[in-house]
Amino acid sequence: MSLRSPLGRVLGLGSAKGGAGHWYSQRVTAVALVILGCWFIASLALLGAGAPHAAVVAWLRSPFSAVMALLLVAVTAYHAQLGLQVVFEDYISDKGTRMVVLVALKFALVVAALIGVLAVLRIAFGAQA
Amino acid sequence: MAQPERPLSPFMQYRWQYTNTLSILHRITGILLSLCFFVLVYWLVAAASGPERYTAALATIGSPLVRLLLIGGLFSFCYHLLNGIRHLFWDAGYGFELPIARKSGWAAAIGAVVLTAVLWIVLGASLGGAA
Repeated sequence: MSLRSPLGRVLGLGSAKGGAGHWYSQRVTAVALVILGCWFIASLALLGAGAPHAAVVAWLRSPFSAVMALLLVAVTAYHAQLGLQVVFEDYISDKGTRMVVLVALKFALVVAALIGVLAVLRIAFGAQA
Repeated sequence: MAQPERPLSPFMQYRWQYTNTLSILHRITGILLSLCFFVLVYWLVAAASGPERYTAALATIGSPLVRLLLIGGLFSFCYHLLNGIRHLFWDAGYGFELPIARKSGWAAAIGAVVLTAVLWIVLGASLGGAA
């Protein structure tokens, strides 16, 4: 979805980059994280942060918890990527360094998110008793 | 491609006040929460790796250094959540009037401290029991 007006695009006005889309994604993920974050903290409080292994596994075996946990991991990684990107863009002035750091940031968060997703799925599908 | 020396935004010269303090705090807490995301993934992987690994991971998570990060992370969660909601209202066009912005700023800051204390009593105690 593009938030730029067709006329502006034709005339070549405004930034050629995807700023509006970035801004919009950050807000949508923020709204999602209000719900997901509160769910996670409430779940931790009910479980106890140092809950025994069996309790955590039983919790993530429920389809609802598993889906919420998957969403939490994925949306948090995306929101963090969007936010940290802005921080790095603000403070790294050298273009080459900035690009390397931004790509490394994306790699790190995508890898971490996939590891998290795999972990939740393994528990949800009963790889561990 | 030669870049001409351009003037920088005079962001270091503005008067220090509650607006920029809360704004910078939003950014710092966001960075801390990103670090906590990796702790979350570590915890999930540990839970998926069986009871022994999980118990060992809990000991690591309960260690003083990680615990310090988590207290910071918990405050970051509370503040970033409350101040983030404040930002969402601004994005929707509400709450710009100075008295309201001031009040909502105080509410986010004080609310975050109170919420952190309450949650740490609930969460920190149970973590201490396991470690």
